[in-house]
Amino acid sequence: MKKVIKYVIIDILRNKIMLGYTLFLFILSLSIFSLEDNAAKGLLGLLNIILIIVPLVSLIFSTIYVYNSAEFIELLVSQPLKRKTIWMSLFTGLASSMTLAFLAGAGIPVLIYQSDVTGLMMILIGVLLSVIFVAVALLAAVKTRDKAKGIGAAILLWLYFSLLFDGFILFLLFQFSDYPIEKAMVGVSMLNPIDLGRILILLKMDISAMMGYTGAIFKDFFGTVTGMSLSFLVLVIWIIMPLTLSVRNFKRKDL
Amino acid sequence: MIIANNVSKKFGSLQALNNLSVTCNKGECIALIGPNGSGKTTFIKTILGMVVCDSGFITFNGNNINNNWGYRSGIGYMPQIGRYPENMTIGQVLDMMKDIRKDSATFPLDEDLINRFNLNNLLHKRMRTLSGGTKQKVSAALAFMFNPEVLILDEPTAGLDPVSSEILKEKILLEKSKGKLILISSHILSELDDLVTQVIYMQDGTLCFHKTIEQLQADTGEHKLAKAIAQVMQQ
Repeated sequence: MKKVIKYVIIDILRNKIMLGYTLFLFILSLSIFSLEDNAAKGLLGLLNIILIIVPLVSLIFSTIYVYNSAEFIELLVSQPLKRKTIWMSLFTGLASSMTLAFLAGAGIPVLIYQSDVTGLMMILIGVLLSVIFVAVALLAAVKTRDKAKGIGAAILLWLYFSLLFDGFILFLLFQFSDYPIEKAMVGVSMLNPIDLGRILILLKMDISAMMGYTGAIFKDFFGTVTGMSLSFLVLVIWIIMPLTLSVRNFKRKDL
Repeated sequence: MIIANNVSKKFGSLQALNNLSVTCNKGECIALIGPNGSGKTTFIKTILGMVVCDSGFITFNGNNINNNWGYRSGIGYMPQIGRYPENMTIGQVLDMMKDIRKDSATFPLDEDLINRFNLNNLLHKRMRTLSGGTKQKVSAALAFMFNPEVLILDEPTAGLDPVSSEILKEKILLEKSKGKLILISSHILSELDDLVTQVIYMQDGTLCFHKTIEQLQADTGEHKLAKAIAQVMQQ
């Protein structure tokens, strides 16, 4: 497995888009932190951008990369290698390069300006989101044979996770505002890793007081050790579930 | 050595393979012949596990190939259209394959074809800049490099210049004399005449016949493979 990972990582690191992504994150984080006099405010601004950019780049880049490596995958499949090994190597290579890019681009500035629990939480969530969306992208890419359809599916998935889902939540909140649905909201937020990440970071920032009653409920749940561990468990499940599904699909795929 | 048992495969509504049963043994050199779209390449890909069959099974040395991968170290495969990572150079592709297969290969590696095709002078060239013929040469070199017991060649001489295709034919004959199982699919029947010992003829995914070349000659009364097959096709 190591051999294949090595070739995948070498190939990705040679890619200029990866370098561009790292530089973009780096410049963005630095400029946001230097615009705000208060580092905590800077972190909040950075959070909103990172929660949009990281999943988008992770999804689109990984999907396109898988389609562009079709030849590479075909070559490897005819060799004495397990299909699972090939697919997991591809995932590991993509996930580690996305993580590396995020750590170098956003991790370093955050550590410089805000190296406390909140900053670390932000880095951790960023890394987890990078890996989650690599896994989701692999699932989208293995399911569709057509490149254009696959990339379209990846974009739709991103739209769903970062925009449509929030709209859906708002809709629920307004429709059922007469009922005590705050606790159910905790459950619903587990369905979207981006929302989960946002809540976890916001609660660490101690601005949950501004979120009203729902904020109090969230604080009650996500503030506890159990709630935190459960949320991280859910985030890990968000990696494992799409990945296992995609491995299963890839094992049966005709090349 | 390779036994296919009632193998069927559908691509959507197209029946690519239909209850195909074939037995291939060590020391045979088998020609896989059939019109375009008769399922030759699909059959080759199912042997390699690149296409997973819907029903039936294939065994390699007595082991079912389903969910098995180690057996592929005994196969050298030359694809019909060699597709390689475009950003890699020939040298990198060769090194990568050596790296991947070094545990199972028998040393010394067979670099005969690399030398005879003069690939050593092209090692720094990127795969995307190569002509179709040069890619074929790389594919051929890779197929023979690890001394596999089985060679599967999908239209090996398509796109090769006459000199190179002669070199490749000599190489195939040499490997055949070592008692390896060789499967060749080709449309250029005149080239197969002095190579093959058996013929598998496929049509629309079904096996029409699997005969030794002597028997085919006796049945059709033709000496040349091309004429014999032409006579079969007209029936």
